[in-house]
Amino acid sequence: QAKYKERGTVLAEDQLAQMSKQLDMFKTNLEEFASKHKQEIRKNPQFRVQFQDMCATIGVDPLASGKGFWSEMLGVGDFYYELGVQIIEVCLALKHRNGGLITLEELHQQVLKGRGKFAQDVSQDDLLRAIKKLKVLGNGFGIIPVGGTYLIQSVPAELNMDHTVVLQLAEKKGYVTVSEIKSSLKWETERAQQVLEHLLKEGMAWLDTQAAGDPQYWLPALFTELYSQEITPEEAKEAIP
Amino acid sequence: VRFDSGVLLLSTHRLIWRDQKNHECCIAIPLSQIVFIEEQAAGIGKSAKIVVHLHPASSNKEPGPFQSSKYSYIKLSFKEHGQIEFYRRLSEEITHRRWENVPAAQTMQVNKSPQVPVRGQRQLAVSVILNDVITLNCNVCFLLQAFEDLSKLMDKAKEMVELSKSIANKIKEKQGDITEDETVRFKSYLLSMGIANPVTRETHGSGTHYHMQLAKQLAGILQTPLEERGGIMSLTEVYCLVNRARGLELLSPEDLVNACKMLESLKLPLRLRIFDSGVMVIELQSHNEEEMVASALETVSEKGSLTADEFAKLVGMSVLLAKERLLLAEKMGHLCRDDSVEGLRFYPNLFMTQS
Repeated sequence: QAKYKERGTVLAEDQLAQMSKQLDMFKTNLEEFASKHKQEIRKNPQFRVQFQDMCATIGVDPLASGKGFWSEMLGVGDFYYELGVQIIEVCLALKHRNGGLITLEELHQQVLKGRGKFAQDVSQDDLLRAIKKLKVLGNGFGIIPVGGTYLIQSVPAELNMDHTVVLQLAEKKGYVTVSEIKSSLKWETERAQQVLEHLLKEGMAWLDTQAAGDPQYWLPALFTELYSQEITPEEAKEAIP
Repeated sequence: VRFDSGVLLLSTHRLIWRDQKNHECCIAIPLSQIVFIEEQAAGIGKSAKIVVHLHPASSNKEPGPFQSSKYSYIKLSFKEHGQIEFYRRLSEEITHRRWENVPAAQTMQVNKSPQVPVRGQRQLAVSVILNDVITLNCNVCFLLQAFEDLSKLMDKAKEMVELSKSIANKIKEKQGDITEDETVRFKSYLLSMGIANPVTRETHGSGTHYHMQLAKQLAGILQTPLEERGGIMSLTEVYCLVNRARGLELLSPEDLVNACKMLESLKLPLRLRIFDSGVMVIELQSHNEEEMVASALETVSEKGSLTADEFAKLVGMSVLLAKERLLLAEKMGHLCRDDSVEGLRFYPNLFMTQS
């Protein structure tokens, strides 16, 4: 019995030793790659997408830890973790306007503005990857697909399938009414009203009772006229928690 | 004639366009054939372009997609960005003329022969003369070398993943026979490679020595900020604070969470707390949220009722944490809510205090 046990540990020890050696070799390969192409990763958003996709395919997460080789040698970590901070700041600053929902486009514009003229180019794909990493902090960050783009949620409000579907419906015009929900989704009045009330309470929707016909529930996150509106100094203060 | 979506690659010898969907469809132009290039800026409804002017085809040109064209140039169209950078690089390669000195690389997975005929439906009759300018839509642009090096690197990374899976399986089988030390080593290897820990997470947690060190560092860094903020901060605040202070070698969100999970077991003066809502906070050990609830109740009673926003402003807290405190007070029975479309408002729970 003891002999079997021994064999077991010896096998594990052997494989670990092998992994340690291969890890050292891999580190060297990565260093070589970095010396030639680190700039490419920093400057070329498309190359980053290619890089990320290939990592995902083989089962590697280059952004899991700042202590990982990818982060240390290619600098991808710092790029995305810093972007995470910038995303958090923009979302906090604008939360009172939009209830914690913002389109990917507006987030992109505001982040680019905050980074300034001489910063590296950042793509929407980059933002999505940074946001996916932020979720683990328990802050309610979420990505909601709507009409070909995404709404980014940055508050721990519960948004279930019903809420999401109504948001998607509202995306076309920036607002939605109870009768539109009933006719498109075939829901009863009560179900539609519950969803809309929840969005109102969370500050993600505003009610326009002056509209002719049905009251309209507008989503500030989708107001295109508010895009590229500067973040005011008061809002910027909110951004530093 | 348009080629709809493709990958544009630049090597020292050639310009290669490959269809993104149909990898068999591939067009290559030797850089030596290029007379000059010019930029066309984007306009309304028009994407940015590079116009590539070519020498007339030589008589011994190998078969290509078209025998000849009315035009002596083709266009590269960039629907999204990339035009400026690519123009710069293409200019550099044409100027340096490295194809005259550097032998063409032997391994070219991209295509098989120097001038690749286009297969399938796109193959036109040999004698056709085109009336349109050939326009190649370029969605993605790389230096070919970078692309190839990346592929090779990924192949090696994949080997590491396979090896780690095999070790993980051994661990699963052996259960108790792997030492603590070996587990720690294995976890740190996985951390370096960015491989998710499949086996040992449940039994030993995701923490490594690195996270232990980090936890101790955090205890030092966060003491004062926590005191300044009433003893409690959300994990998001901590993430921003710590990374802004570091400037370089930033922490990943996962690094932070994994380190904070170890705070309590390391007997450090801070702890991680997770509210029912999923909100994660760091508290000083000396902080007692339940006691804070008592003072929150006083504040709400003074004002009659408060929303999370109002409470946050009064007390000088973030809205997120203010809301959590009021929710906790409600959970403990001290407050009750009035949830209307006007917002969520909290009142002292008179059922408790007046009986």
